[in-house]
Amino acid sequence: MAYSAKVIDHYNNPRNVGSLDPKDDSVGTGLVGAPECGDVMKLQIKVNEETGVIEDAKFKTFGCGSAIASSSLATEMLKGKTIEEAAAIKNTAIVQELNLPPVKIHCSVLAEDAIKAAIEDFKKKQAAKRAKAQEALTNA
Amino acid sequence: MALDLSRPIYMDYNATTPMDSRVLEAMMPYFTEKFGNAASRNHVYGWEAEEAVEKAREQVAKAIGADAKEIIFTSGATESDNIALKGAVEMYAEKGNHIVTMLTEHKAVLDTCRRLERDGKATVTYLAPKQDGLVDLEKLEAAITDKTIMVAIMMANNEIGVIQPMEQIGEICRKHNVLFFTDAVQAVGKVPVDVNAMKIDVLSISGHKVYGPKGIGALYVRRKNPRVKLAPVIDGGGHERGMRSGTLNVPGIVGLGKALELCIEEMPNEMKRLTYLRNKLKDGILSQLEEVYVNGSMESRLPGNLNMSFAYVEGEGLLMGLKGLAVSSGSACTSASLEPSHVLKALGVGDELAHSSIRYGLGRFTTEEEVDYAIQITVEAVNRLREMSPLYEMAKAGIDLKSVQWTHH
Repeated sequence: MAYSAKVIDHYNNPRNVGSLDPKDDSVGTGLVGAPECGDVMKLQIKVNEETGVIEDAKFKTFGCGSAIASSSLATEMLKGKTIEEAAAIKNTAIVQELNLPPVKIHCSVLAEDAIKAAIEDFKKKQAAKRAKAQEALTNA
Repeated sequence: MALDLSRPIYMDYNATTPMDSRVLEAMMPYFTEKFGNAASRNHVYGWEAEEAVEKAREQVAKAIGADAKEIIFTSGATESDNIALKGAVEMYAEKGNHIVTMLTEHKAVLDTCRRLERDGKATVTYLAPKQDGLVDLEKLEAAITDKTIMVAIMMANNEIGVIQPMEQIGEICRKHNVLFFTDAVQAVGKVPVDVNAMKIDVLSISGHKVYGPKGIGALYVRRKNPRVKLAPVIDGGGHERGMRSGTLNVPGIVGLGKALELCIEEMPNEMKRLTYLRNKLKDGILSQLEEVYVNGSMESRLPGNLNMSFAYVEGEGLLMGLKGLAVSSGSACTSASLEPSHVLKALGVGDELAHSSIRYGLGRFTTEEEVDYAIQITVEAVNRLREMSPLYEMAKAGIDLKSVQWTHH
């Protein structure tokens, strides 16, 4: 299958490959997909806890060129957005930007899932942090 | 000699082979001045076409130790496989309707068997191979019943190059009075084939896998001990002993004959050369990368074939990184099919490793420089993709990937 120029560019020069500390409360981690299905994406966001703005995003992906490109593009789209704005990102935006063919749409769906999972993880950690602070306050 | 990198280096000889220029040269007159119909008995045009066909029939027969009368020409091995299976089921209906085959067969055999089952014409036993891809002879023998008419086991596998123990299979078939059919597309012309020593009754050949043209194939049908008869799939003028009607593809037939003649001439040297190159490729990669697994037996294998799984990287993504190489992957990462190779699955290779597989097929025009280049870019691409792989990161951190709750989609 022929890949679009944008997919090839992201594959050859992936943006934001790497990892953030998953134990950091300001970091949300999303891990989606399965090795048996041929694609796994790990997408992480670092959020400013005051403003709710995503300051950094990193990914690692096991998958085809379109899966790598979808997650690479996702990290680019995430930076600078608030988590509310990020939650509104749709896979169709990725399909359009990368000119993904129909057989590769599932790659963009996976990227959207990864974004949602990372936001979810961040929110869960924040809630746990608040609960802990509350508990400390009550006990004091 | 410097490598020409203007196009990817061709290393997919198990998919198809380029035609040898000597084959093209032999074919050329039969497109133009010697255009006759081999069935025309009344003039020189027909005679010279028929003579060419009979010469090719001899060449093909010689390549497998058969008699020329036992060769019929077809459009290719898919057609040959169809005639072998459907023809036998129809011809031997009185004896039984059971076929024994393997899960690792080519789709031309598997899908034909499925159709025969669907149409209620046959029942089929699909044997799983041993982990190295070889048939379990005890299981094979145990699967044969008094209703079995044919055992269909390919000689060499198209994905993993594993060569089955033909003599032993043939022995078992004779003992139980069952026909032995083999799709020998990958083996003929590459390794020695002898239909008598191997007790083969029916055998498929393809032109384009042996440096001949596409659109031509052959079927060997034993004429004595036992005399095999196959009902035709295509009806018509009764060509090819009534088993395959249709005007003969004279240039294609000439090309197939010439191609096999060349293969047989060059086989001893070519087997040594390709074994050396294939082992160099394997060792070069294995010495520089960890967690790379060879799929299928290395002991009983085609000289030019190598199939490897690179843990933690996905095959299609890896192919993109190997753009300087024309190879293929056992992974199919499309919405139409998330299923990886049926052959690797049958070997018990886990889905994740099946998704990480690459098949390298070396052949007549492969050079040592090309192999060196293939080693280098494979190692580079795998390292780069592993740096990008969450699975590699997790494995390095000591996480057992099997213990992770994955989100299947």
